Amino acid sequence: MFWWRRKKSKQKAKERLQLVLAYDRAKLAPGKMEALKQDLLEVLGRYFPADQEQVEIEFEQRGERVVLVADIPIRS
Amino acid sequence: MQARAIVVTSGKGGVGKTTTTANIGAALAAEGEKVAVIDVDVGLRNLDVVMGLESRVVFDLIDVLEGRCKMRQALIRDKRVENLYLLPASQTKDKQSLDPKIFRAVVKHLLEDEGFDRILIDSPAGIERGFQTAAAPAEGSLVVVNPEVSSVRDADRIIGLLEADGVEENRLIINRIRPQMVRRGDMLAVDDVQEILGLPLIGIVPEDEGILVSTNVGEPVVLRKDRSQAAEEFRNIARRIRGEKVPLPSFEEEGGFLASLRRIFGGR
Repeated sequence: MFWWRRKKSKQKAKERLQLVLAYDRAKLAPGKMEALKQDLLEVLGRYFPADQEQVEIEFEQRGERVVLVADIPIRS
Repeated sequence: MQARAIVVTSGKGGVGKTTTTANIGAALAAEGEKVAVIDVDVGLRNLDVVMGLESRVVFDLIDVLEGRCKMRQALIRDKRVENLYLLPASQTKDKQSLDPKIFRAVVKHLLEDEGFDRILIDSPAGIERGFQTAAAPAEGSLVVVNPEVSSVRDADRIIGLLEADGVEENRLIINRIRPQMVRRGDMLAVDDVQEILGLPLIGIVPEDEGILVSTNVGEPVVLRKDRSQAAEEFRNIARRIRGEKVPLPSFEEEGGFLASLRRIFGGR
C-alpha cells in the first residue's frame, strides 16, 4: 500500500510528451542531433580536449522553455 | 465561432473524428442551423454508416467534383432532423480529383448559393493530400484529441499545419476522457493537454458506451432519447460553436488527503 510513493503515470506521459514535442517542433530530422554533436566536437577539439564518448546533447524542458543542453566533460 | 466552414481533424486515426462530426453536425442542425457534413475520407468512408444514411448513398463527393451530378443530387437529407445534410465520400473512385482548389469552390457554393449556415468537414487521418484538401476551404477547425501521448503528439503536428495553411479559428476537443483514470492520476487531465497544445478548449467529451451503441444502430447519440453524457457534451459544443457561453464540464484530478482516503478504502 505504498500509494503515496507511486509516481503517477500521467506525469510521466506529460514529461515524455513535452520532450518529444520539443524535438518535433524544432523539426529535427533523425540523425541531425548526432550531426550537431559531431560538429560541436570538431569545433571544441580546436580549443580543448573533450571526452568524446561521454558528450551528451539533448533538449530539456525548463519550465515554459525548451533549452538545448550540452554536457561536455573535459578530458584531464 | 465565426468560421462557417470547419474541418474536424486529429492527425491520428481512431480518436473520434467521424463520431464528433456526425454528432456536432446533428446538434447544430437541432439548434436551427442548416448544416452540411462532408466526408473527405475517400476510400475509407464512414460518416454515412455512423449517421445511418449508408443505404441512401447514390452519388458522392467525387461525382460532384468531376461534374457527374448536381450538388443537390449528391446531398443526402437526414430525415430525423431538419436541415441536416450529408455529402458522402467515394468508397471506390480514384481520389485523384480530390483537388483542394475544386473542393474549396464546392464548399463556397454550399455556403453562398445553397443557403447553408455551417459546413463540417470530416478529414481523413494523416497529414497527406486528403487532409490538405479537407483543410483547404476551412476557416476554423475542431482538433479532436484523446488524452494519450500518441494522439496529443499528432494533434500538435496538425495544429502546426493548420496554422501554416491559414486556418485561424482552431479549437480543441478532448474526446474519450475517463474521469476515474484522471482522478487517480493515470490519464492526462484536461489542463495537461491544453497546456501542451496551447489551443482554446471548446469541449470535453467523456468515454461513453452509448457511442458504440449509437454507431451500431446508425443514429448519432445527440438524436437519441436515452441519457448520455457524451450526447450532452456534444450538444453543448454545438452551442459553444454558436457563441453561447456554456460552462465546460470538469473532470479534475483529485489531490490531497480525501483522494488518498478514497483510494485506500476502495473508492474509485
